[in-house]
Amino acid sequence: MSEKNIWPLWEVFVRSSRGLSHVHAGSLHAPDAEMAVRNARDLYTRRNEGVSLWVVKSEDIISSDPDSKDQFFESPKGKDYRHATYYKASEGVKHL
Amino acid sequence: MKSDELDATLDSFGDALASATRVTPGNALRPEDIAKDGVKPSEQIAQYALRLGDDSLILSQRMSHWVSRAPELEEDVALGNITLDLLGHARSFLTYAGLAWDKTEDDLAYFREEEEFTSLHIVEQDNGHFGVTIIRMLLVATYQHLLYTALMESADETLSAIAAKSVKEVDYHRDHAIQWTIRLGLGTEESAEKMRHALEILWPYIDEMFTDEPLHDQLEGVAVRPSTLRAAWDQEIAGVLDEAGLEVPNVPQAMCKGRQGEHSEYMGYILAEMQVLARKHPGATW
Amino acid sequence: MAATTQNDSQLSAVPSYEQEQAQARFDAIIGDDSRIEPRDWMPEPYRKTLTRQVSQHAHSEIIGMQPEANWITRAPSLKRKAILIAKVQDEAGHGLYLYSAAETLGTSRDELNDQLLTGRAKYSSIFNYPARTWADMGAIGWLVDGAAIANQVPLCRASYGPYGRAMVRICKEESFHQRQGFEILLSLSRGTEAQKKMAQDAINRFYEPSLMMFGPPDDQSPNSKQSMAWKIKRFSNDDLRQRFVGMIAEQVKVLGLTLPDPELRFDEETGKWLHKDLNWDEFMAVIKGGGPMNSQRMERRRAAHREGAWVREAAAAYANKQAQSEVA
Repeated sequence: MSEKNIWPLWEVFVRSSRGLSHVHAGSLHAPDAEMAVRNARDLYTRRNEGVSLWVVKSEDIISSDPDSKDQFFESPKGKDYRHATYYKASEGVKHL
Repeated sequence: MKSDELDATLDSFGDALASATRVTPGNALRPEDIAKDGVKPSEQIAQYALRLGDDSLILSQRMSHWVSRAPELEEDVALGNITLDLLGHARSFLTYAGLAWDKTEDDLAYFREEEEFTSLHIVEQDNGHFGVTIIRMLLVATYQHLLYTALMESADETLSAIAAKSVKEVDYHRDHAIQWTIRLGLGTEESAEKMRHALEILWPYIDEMFTDEPLHDQLEGVAVRPSTLRAAWDQEIAGVLDEAGLEVPNVPQAMCKGRQGEHSEYMGYILAEMQVLARKHPGATW
Repeated sequence: MAATTQNDSQLSAVPSYEQEQAQARFDAIIGDDSRIEPRDWMPEPYRKTLTRQVSQHAHSEIIGMQPEANWITRAPSLKRKAILIAKVQDEAGHGLYLYSAAETLGTSRDELNDQLLTGRAKYSSIFNYPARTWADMGAIGWLVDGAAIANQVPLCRASYGPYGRAMVRICKEESFHQRQGFEILLSLSRGTEAQKKMAQDAINRFYEPSLMMFGPPDDQSPNSKQSMAWKIKRFSNDDLRQRFVGMIAEQVKVLGLTLPDPELRFDEETGKWLHKDLNWDEFMAVIKGGGPMNSQRMERRRAAHREGAWVREAAAAYANKQAQSEVA
């Protein structure tokens, strides 16, 4: 199998309707960006699943390191004052 | 906003948000609607619809052979979509034509003889290699795109409605063919050579697409006169070929009378395969 | 990369502190019924098992296109033709979703495809039987897709995130596959004598191979236990099989046809469905390449790949030229 005919991997994001975010749907192979977005249309919206598509080369995605998950995601825990449910005294007051 | 209203709104929002794969059938004109609600066309309009239906039917029959054989899986899915679109157009046109003669789409597809088919020669041409299929798609989809765009203005409401649904789909076929023509035209020396060859073997069947018939005179304002599409088609195709580093080949035009039921040697085999099972069980439902 | 961690650790007999920690995290995620995601550390046997299972599943979708594609050009009505094209096309899509999931485990599609084309990877043995008549389109949809769905629904909760997500999507889309197959058989069973005979013949041929799709009996399925401990599998082969056979035993009555199994009955004592002994020797022979269609199926796949090489190469070359001209 020769290297020269291998197409890169792309990640596909679908907006299912107006007002919603694009959500990761899966991936595919395509030779270039223009074909990737077309392949995404053919593969991931065969049943009216979307009104808009994003494709991005998989290798271009930067993600948080799973091994440093603790230092990344510990901080918000225990800070319940960031959530409306923390404020009990105002419960029952209308339009608040 | 009342709190239960808010809850309902958030709930529905959440549902939609939860799924990137929301599935809906979508609203579009279907052959079943035409069979149920369609107004019976005149003999001439039916003859015209038959031509357009036969073009799409034979092309989709050809295209369907690609399923499970494409150069890459993504392309298998893409060609499948295009084949399904074409089959849908065929079913709509044939269903409409059949209303004039109390015949169904299946009566027309499966129980007509070869000389009763009115399709163009270009759609019956062999798939060949992928480049031949792409060039055939480019030439036909560009033609159908211009044709359906004009047909949307037809005085016949059903033809206009079928054209309005189909034009968006053939626009995508055109785009797909253009993308591949450029890539294969400019890709490697081998692919460019294959594309030049594809153009040479398909180009003889161009003139037939643009030949006016007496039927078009009789259907002024209803049918699209094919010759009126030629200049725009020439210009579009020249533009694409230029971008792809390809040229219009210098080959003679073939004498084709597909519209009168005179077909190439391919047609007998296409129909034999397509019709064999239905004809073995006449009158059966499936 | 997780794979490197594992390889390094294999050099030393004693697991490192880091590895023990990683293993504990992995076990906790499995224990919590949560999901393992691509960049998490995972034990190498887990990665290998999943890669094998997901890619075999993908290969089955791709090879499984062939028996049905065989009837597209001859479908007896335009509506059936459209349905069949949509279904076979879905199978290409499902193969793609599954290859995507397998690729997140660190093996490229190209390598997976190479494993298939060189015969190193397996696919579901049922696709090595020919689709001889139109009724086979019905039997494949009803029995083969039915068995596949029964297998796949529990996999939506598989412990590996990308696999579970691919299965959710596939199960949603496949809901129409089994129904269209059943309806093909229903039309035939209500049709002419010849049509009815065709339907019964197809059921007779596909019944046993479809039951074998659930895999060998539990006492001969050595890997099942580990897969269940890892929560990749949720139910045993035999359990899924008897549930499936119970469903089709009822459904076949609607068709007014029969299943070719005089021993089929519901056992009140165990609460399970019992069926005839299956021919596992034949199953093994087909898996090893001796089925009626193995050679054709593989050659068709290889031919598509071979004949498409110039296209893939040209598209890649074009992309390279474009990228270079943008830099310049």
